[in-house]
Amino acid sequence: MTETVMRTDGAAIGRADRRKEDARLLTGRTNWTDNIQLPGTLYMSCLRSSMAHAKILSIDATAALELDGVVHVFTGKDFPELAGSTCVWPVTDDIKMSTFPAICLDEVKYAGDVVAIVLANDKYVAVDALDLIDVDYEHLDAVVDMEEALKPGSPLVHSEMGTNECYVARMPCGDYEAAKAKADLVVRRRFINQRLIPNTMEPRAVVAAPMGMSDEITIWSATQIPHVLRVLLALLTGIPENNIRVVAPDVGGGFGAKLQINREEVLALVLAKKIGKPIKWTETRSEHMVATHHGRDQIQDIELAVTQDGQILGMKVDLLADMGAYLQIITPGTPLLGMFMYSGIYKMEALDFTCTGVYTTKTPTDAYRGAGRPEATYAIERIVDEAAAELGIEPLEFRKRNWIKHEEFPYTQIAGLTYDTGNYEAATARALELFGYDELRAEQTARRASGDTVQLGIGISTFTEMCGLAPSRTLGALKYVAGGWEHCTIRALPTGKIELVTGTSPHGQGHETAWSQIASDIIGVPVEDIEVVHGDTGRAPYGMDTYGSRSLAVGGQAIKMAGERLVEKARLIAAHQLEASPDDIEFSAGTYSVKGDPEKSTTIQAVAFEAFTAHNLPDGMEPTLSGESTVDPMDFSYPHGTHLAAMEVDTETGMVKLRKYVAVDDCGIQINPMIVEGQVHGGLAQGIAQAMFEGALYDNDGNLLTGSMGDYLLPSAADLPSFITDRTVTPSTTHPLGTKGIGEAGAIASTPAIINGVVDAIRHLGVTDVFMPASPQNVWRAIQTAKNGGAA
Amino acid sequence: MTHISVTVDGLHRHGDVEPRLLLVHWLREDLGLVGTPVGCDTSNCGACTVLVDGRSVKSCSVLAVQVDGKTVTTIQGLAEEDGEWHPVQKAFKECHGLQCGFCTPGMVMASVDLLSENPDPTEEEIRNGLEGNLCRCTGYHNIVKAVATAAAEMKGASS
Amino acid sequence: MIPAEFDYVKAGSVDEAVAALVAGGEDSKVLGGGQSLLPVLRLRLNSPSVLVDVSGIDELRQVTDEGSSILVGAGVTTHEVMHHALVTAHVPLLSQAAGLVADPAIRHLGTFGGSCTHADPSGDMPSVAAALDAEFVVAGPGGRRTVAASDFFVDFFTTAVGLDEVLVAVRLPKMDGWGSHYEKFHRTAQAWAIVGVAAAVKVEGGAITGAKVALTNMGPTPVRATSVEAALVGGPATVEAIAGASGSAADGTSPTTDTHADAEFRQHLARVLTARAVTKAAGL
Repeated sequence: MTETVMRTDGAAIGRADRRKEDARLLTGRTNWTDNIQLPGTLYMSCLRSSMAHAKILSIDATAALELDGVVHVFTGKDFPELAGSTCVWPVTDDIKMSTFPAICLDEVKYAGDVVAIVLANDKYVAVDALDLIDVDYEHLDAVVDMEEALKPGSPLVHSEMGTNECYVARMPCGDYEAAKAKADLVVRRRFINQRLIPNTMEPRAVVAAPMGMSDEITIWSATQIPHVLRVLLALLTGIPENNIRVVAPDVGGGFGAKLQINREEVLALVLAKKIGKPIKWTETRSEHMVATHHGRDQIQDIELAVTQDGQILGMKVDLLADMGAYLQIITPGTPLLGMFMYSGIYKMEALDFTCTGVYTTKTPTDAYRGAGRPEATYAIERIVDEAAAELGIEPLEFRKRNWIKHEEFPYTQIAGLTYDTGNYEAATARALELFGYDELRAEQTARRASGDTVQLGIGISTFTEMCGLAPSRTLGALKYVAGGWEHCTIRALPTGKIELVTGTSPHGQGHETAWSQIASDIIGVPVEDIEVVHGDTGRAPYGMDTYGSRSLAVGGQAIKMAGERLVEKARLIAAHQLEASPDDIEFSAGTYSVKGDPEKSTTIQAVAFEAFTAHNLPDGMEPTLSGESTVDPMDFSYPHGTHLAAMEVDTETGMVKLRKYVAVDDCGIQINPMIVEGQVHGGLAQGIAQAMFEGALYDNDGNLLTGSMGDYLLPSAADLPSFITDRTVTPSTTHPLGTKGIGEAGAIASTPAIINGVVDAIRHLGVTDVFMPASPQNVWRAIQTAKNGGAA
Repeated sequence: MTHISVTVDGLHRHGDVEPRLLLVHWLREDLGLVGTPVGCDTSNCGACTVLVDGRSVKSCSVLAVQVDGKTVTTIQGLAEEDGEWHPVQKAFKECHGLQCGFCTPGMVMASVDLLSENPDPTEEEIRNGLEGNLCRCTGYHNIVKAVATAAAEMKGASS
Repeated sequence: MIPAEFDYVKAGSVDEAVAALVAGGEDSKVLGGGQSLLPVLRLRLNSPSVLVDVSGIDELRQVTDEGSSILVGAGVTTHEVMHHALVTAHVPLLSQAAGLVADPAIRHLGTFGGSCTHADPSGDMPSVAAALDAEFVVAGPGGRRTVAASDFFVDFFTTAVGLDEVLVAVRLPKMDGWGSHYEKFHRTAQAWAIVGVAAAVKVEGGAITGAKVALTNMGPTPVRATSVEAALVGGPATVEAIAGASGSAADGTSPTTDTHADAEFRQHLARVLTARAVTKAAGL
């Protein structure tokens, strides 16, 4: 049994400190990768295939090379063995692994694949030269649709594989057929979790330069994963890892898009080494649309077996997951990150999960905010609404009959995860209170009765997710080739300032502020005196970086441990200085004092100076004062919450309007509630955008039709309302600070809430699903189809 | 090459530019004012928003030659000479109106323009006024709050 | 992305601009505010050899009262159109629609004339001009001529303005006594119109005595919904009558299919939105 409590102890943890990062970001004193201008820089541009699938017959770069300012043109023939990306997650024993070339040698496999690169001494000239390279292609048939791709006789993305099927992963939990046999009703739906383009506001960028002493090459990249990137760059290029320093300077958003190793990074590094000059590449938005990995893209065939009185017996999940043309860092694993989450917060006897990964001639997919969990949550939260509707049970009541009750935690769910804590009742009660549920239901009834053009629907999402990737042994069992630990070193400098070196690599999450708050509480130093060092393998050598809502969930543990170790070492020095036994030394708010004799005291800053001079340390004590910790988490943590959306649907035009959104999240103890709330807001906007606005569309030839922000619609402030948010606090028991993750929760929960609300608004017209995004045309079409008697 | 002469962030700047040089590249590459970033090719995102003669424009969709003789203000010239931040900058920090910060220069400059035209905007007017600036982190909630907070602050200061 | 190279001429007068266009030949292009042109150049969808900048020509920046009409200089910005006293007083349809074009920063530089000559089928300004039977004053090597709106918009991104001509101004009749509304249907605030309807109606004694309706993005050029206009005039100013008259709004249209809507849906929208626009224009 768990309790919902508000944490009141601790000075800095729980305080809405304004962010340290903001001063530079608000005054333009930023350090984006594209801001780095080094003498002698050669600008790299990429010639990208306009065709989805073709043989490269010849490439003539003569005219480009004659252009004043062009220094080199390289094609695949110059680097025939060089890979441009790699996959670190071969999810099954017999997975068919692709090779992603740095530059295509003889075949292009998606529109946007690189066929040549230019180096010029001017960035405008580098672009001009692309127009002067003549490529002779022989057309090959594109493979766009996953179901078509799996049919015999389909054109093959990788002909040597003999199939477009990349892998089939199965996870049968319990006996689904037995559960189904007992069911009164089996609800089936096909959900399309559409392809998304991450669209970080900062496009990708990279600068590689032989900068250091010795043979070091520094590579600045707009990446979420400087540490992982360093390892992979070394493996792909053969350049010794200890010669590579990766720096992630200010990074303008990630959302998974910058959790990647990219061919532009590999090429910049290799060319900087080869030519001995700085190489710089900055992605344009048009390139981002085709060349940065995409997210989602699953066809979900879902079955839910239920009893007449609304008990869930089992669930069957059959996924087709679009890999795109190549496997990148965790392409095949991304859909499987949701594998354990399909049962959501509900109890059931069986979960039968199958996922088939499919190659197509499209941009590779990979992690995008939530990575697998949004897809899982969408499926379960949509299907429970459909089951409730078919059974004639109020959707919230249906959920209550099936969810894990707060007194049942810790609870091992059907997929084998043990949810440590949770209180779905409390979050739901608070959400209902904030939403005005009964009033809105009454308005819905009135609108239906009057046949109003604008109908009202209520969308519910009672979700949980897993974060804190991850216990390393678990990752190993899943065939992921790295661990899930995180590192922190805290150094007390001689002047009393603190350097907190973290292995996390923020790109908007406010780690500089939040990590200072944690350390401040533990070592008793003001947050202003703590400098957080991150995102640089030279200054922060150990880390596993930032993704999957892991930074606080894992990195936060390392901060706590490192801080405590520092405090313990300082205690020994303080005891020596104060001529008392360490057991008699109390530590509070940065001051060591002798029990019962508070006059005899010293500060942690003073101890730091003593440790520096080392004139008078205990015998055998090493000089300097620091604490270091590398933490492998003992388990995941499971944030949860209840989200409610009031949706208005114009039944004449299909236009959908989000009128009211309530999100009550439970992420355990909050380090900085202001930052938590900001993470929720941003996640909501992205999840809502998937439901209402976004979607990558291809034509049958594999051309991306949504190749600019004019076609791929991102919502602006004018397209969203303010959100009503609150938190319940059920501390995690798997995390020493009681925290969970919050970076992805909003994006995971909100998509089904919106679509449930849209469907709820027009269910009386016969609609049982609406394709995402719920664009006017998709909604109008669903209504028309239902009117004409077909299921939508 | 065309010679241009422009007041940028209070300083007289001039130079010879290719006609095709975009204003944002002149600011970033020639003048070293890298505080104004580039986010797209189609004038949708607004990250590059600066003020030209006091009005917001998207500097990625303006040629440097088009601002010859004009006054340009970037995020780096918004604070007072003594370093005192503009009320919009202060409000963005106070209200947590930024996360990664990449849209922030444009968002702040667009907000300054919005408030110069409408000192007392409603929430709807703020949202519509920022329709040309995209943010991927904040969901806009706190940006809208920041602009309202700055409006109240500026109104208090002027009355 | 970055534009390809071009030469640049800053014109001080309309005559200078025309001379520069003649000298530049067929690859020359007028640069007004550049808000339609710059994205096109950056994506290299077009690479003119000469850009003739007309933004410094004083004549193009004027809004003039001509008695029964107002003359809006081609270089008047969309933002100025929104707020200019003559426009808001006499052609509120134009100022209202201008406020829905793109976003504030683009409206600060983008011009009314530029929107018309760019002639994007999804642009809002052309259908307002078409609805109001605007006249376009065009200057070329042979002097000036006036082109009716019905002749001005020729095809996708094509107008009657010749390669060596400059749009000087647009003449709009004063719509005093008329009600009007521009109904823009788009998925996000900054997106182009999927369908737009520019409507102006005159209501006298409960009856509609005048109607002007033009559709955005229902064909390569703005489409006048003449059958709707005919059905409205003489009928009562009621929601039901307007809905009935709007049933023919899509007749004769040839909208495209794109990622936002297919042709069938656009035709459906045209009918629904025409009824809504006319209803609002009639003040109902």
